[in-house]
Amino acid sequence: MPVPILKQGDCLIASIQAALTDADLLDLRDQLSERVGRHRSRGVIVDVTVLDVLDSFASRMLRTIAEMMRLRGAETVIVGIQPEVAFSMVQLGLSLDGVTTVLDLEEGLAHLERSRRERVAYARG
Amino acid sequence: MRTSSGHGGSASRTPVGDVCVPIRTDADVVAARSLGRSVAETHGFGGTDVTMIATAISELARNILKYADEGEIVVETVERNSQPGVSVVARDEGPGIPDVGLAMQDGFSTANSLGLGLPGTRRLMDEFEIVSSPGAGTVITAIKWLR
Repeated sequence: MPVPILKQGDCLIASIQAALTDADLLDLRDQLSERVGRHRSRGVIVDVTVLDVLDSFASRMLRTIAEMMRLRGAETVIVGIQPEVAFSMVQLGLSLDGVTTVLDLEEGLAHLERSRRERVAYARG
Repeated sequence: MRTSSGHGGSASRTPVGDVCVPIRTDADVVAARSLGRSVAETHGFGGTDVTMIATAISELARNILKYADEGEIVVETVERNSQPGVSVVARDEGPGIPDVGLAMQDGFSTANSLGLGLPGTRRLMDEFEIVSSPGAGTVITAIKWLR
């Protein structure tokens, strides 16, 4: 099941709606990479609120997405990791080192807005 | 070679209903963990335990695809000394694990992955046993007891 990707301003929001197969995750990676270029997006939010499992492949794919987006000039924020999912990830030994994670979509949008303001302030000197 | 962890013991395990999912594609991985989740929820496991069981199933099913191409996951409820639990059995007829001790070390992998699969999965469950030898396939049994 493909993940709907919404465009909001200079951000993309990938709103995961159901459990994802590996193929779905690879498709999400490719779709985001293409859309970031097409819309010249500066921020990407991946909302994983509905995911009840983040296993080794899903974690690796989130890290891959974040790094690919960074290389394409956009910042990725993962939002909505559930407490029991976080606990299982830690037990399993998975980490999302180097990837920004925040509580929920609202915090994710606020984070990207702060980054945008910092960019603007920096550009103005 | 056989290795196990957890409390073990000689108490009998009486299966009280089980489900079997063939593992051949990445969609089967999702099906297996979703099924395991329902079995665990039905038998009174709470959110964190259910998620740990589902995550363990996901990793075990993934290992089957990665190393053996196909196999099966059996999720069943078990009981020992009146304590209920959920047992996950991952079975394949793949190449087997030449050195189980090595495979259980954090960071070891032969498939160029993270190499956290088996030791990590063991941490998610209460008991973990591997029976495997080269050419004879692999059977991994992981149990979580209801607290």
